[in-house]
Amino acid sequence: MALSLSGVILPKLIQQRAFSVSSAVAAVQKLTRVRVVDNSALGNAHHHRPPKVIHVYTKNGIGKVGDRVLLAIKGQKKKALIVGHKMPGARMTPRFDSNNVVLIEENGNPTGTRIKAPIPTHLRKMEGEYSKLLAIAQRFV
Amino acid sequence: MFLVHTPLSNMAACTSRVREMMGLLRILRHFPQNERLLSTSILRHAAASDGPPKFTPPTKPVIIDKTQKEASLRRFLSPEFIPPRQRTNPVKFSVERKDMIQRRKVLNIPEFYVGSILAVAMTDPHVNGNLNRFVGICIQRSGKGLGATFILRNVVDGQGVEICYELYNPRMRKIEVLKLEKRLDDNLMYLRDALPEYSSFNFDMQPVHYEITGDVPVSPLKVKMKPKPWSKRWERPKFNIKGIRFDLCLTLEMMEHAQKWAEPWRPYDMLKEYDTFSLEEQIFKEVQGKSQNVNSP
Repeated sequence: MALSLSGVILPKLIQQRAFSVSSAVAAVQKLTRVRVVDNSALGNAHHHRPPKVIHVYTKNGIGKVGDRVLLAIKGQKKKALIVGHKMPGARMTPRFDSNNVVLIEENGNPTGTRIKAPIPTHLRKMEGEYSKLLAIAQRFV
Repeated sequence: MFLVHTPLSNMAACTSRVREMMGLLRILRHFPQNERLLSTSILRHAAASDGPPKFTPPTKPVIIDKTQKEASLRRFLSPEFIPPRQRTNPVKFSVERKDMIQRRKVLNIPEFYVGSILAVAMTDPHVNGNLNRFVGICIQRSGKGLGATFILRNVVDGQGVEICYELYNPRMRKIEVLKLEKRLDDNLMYLRDALPEYSSFNFDMQPVHYEITGDVPVSPLKVKMKPKPWSKRWERPKFNIKGIRFDLCLTLEMMEHAQKWAEPWRPYDMLKEYDTFSLEEQIFKEVQGKSQNVNSP
């Protein structure tokens, strides 16, 4: 296939992102940009800044699947649960292409009513604490 | 060419005919392709010429079928059997191989390559029927011995998911090859930065029939990428990737700039040479022998 682009300025075709993206170093930590996967209003509202983690509720500052975090969305603080990250974890568990998070209340109830993205099955062992969240999940991987 | 046996009604006619046949036979012997169908009963007719010749039934033709050779069946040795070149005791590798062969007697691990589409079922206590099934394209096979792994990738509900399965994990219940094929590279990690259509496969995909003889089909598919930046600089010669459409996403200057990291001395590096030919032969025989021992009483 002949390159019909010779002589034409190419930059428009080759879109470059404006921010730098580095590979996953330590799952989810402070200032990680996350993707909210439930259908809550707060999670799906468009804001000029992506939701970011401002605190991870673990002994070390590293958040893995099943850990609670504090997010900053739309200028307000909200708790959330990590349901998948880019960092490879245990051998037979899934690894997702984005850091997924589900918004949660103080008592552990989910804010949204449905989770469309796939959830790892080993999250089921938190049946007692997040049973409502697992009930609204539609797909397990 | 079939030899017709003449009815032995007339003695005189018979002998003259026999002489003709003898002549024909001598000529025919010079054409070896008819050897299998050559019957030698004519000679016996000639020998018992005095008195009524005893009817001897013709010898059955020996048909040697040379179309299906044993060599045409594809010989495949799984890459995790070949031990790495290390300073460890070879006893470790031979003991591991024994365990691997033992496991293969229980679970059928089929032949597959990077680029094949597999369906894997594993035990999962957190799933209703205990069985967790996943379908995906194999993007990488790594590890030697019992710790051998392969990564399956699929796009589920718009979310890319990769699972790294261990081949010899007791939780593995079934490994099924839905489509056996090879790709232009033996590491498809660049599919993470390619358009999601190249990594999406239906969970209800039906197995595609593949041949057990001949070469594995190599798919010449070249993948279109998302805009840069990518997770790795796939254009660099270190990765030596042939399966990406670089002409659509990179300029000639960028390709030439990437060539700065080329290491042209690498193919000539003698310390990196690892000839596994004789090792493969020996291990293949060992694996075949042990697996056949099961069938023999």
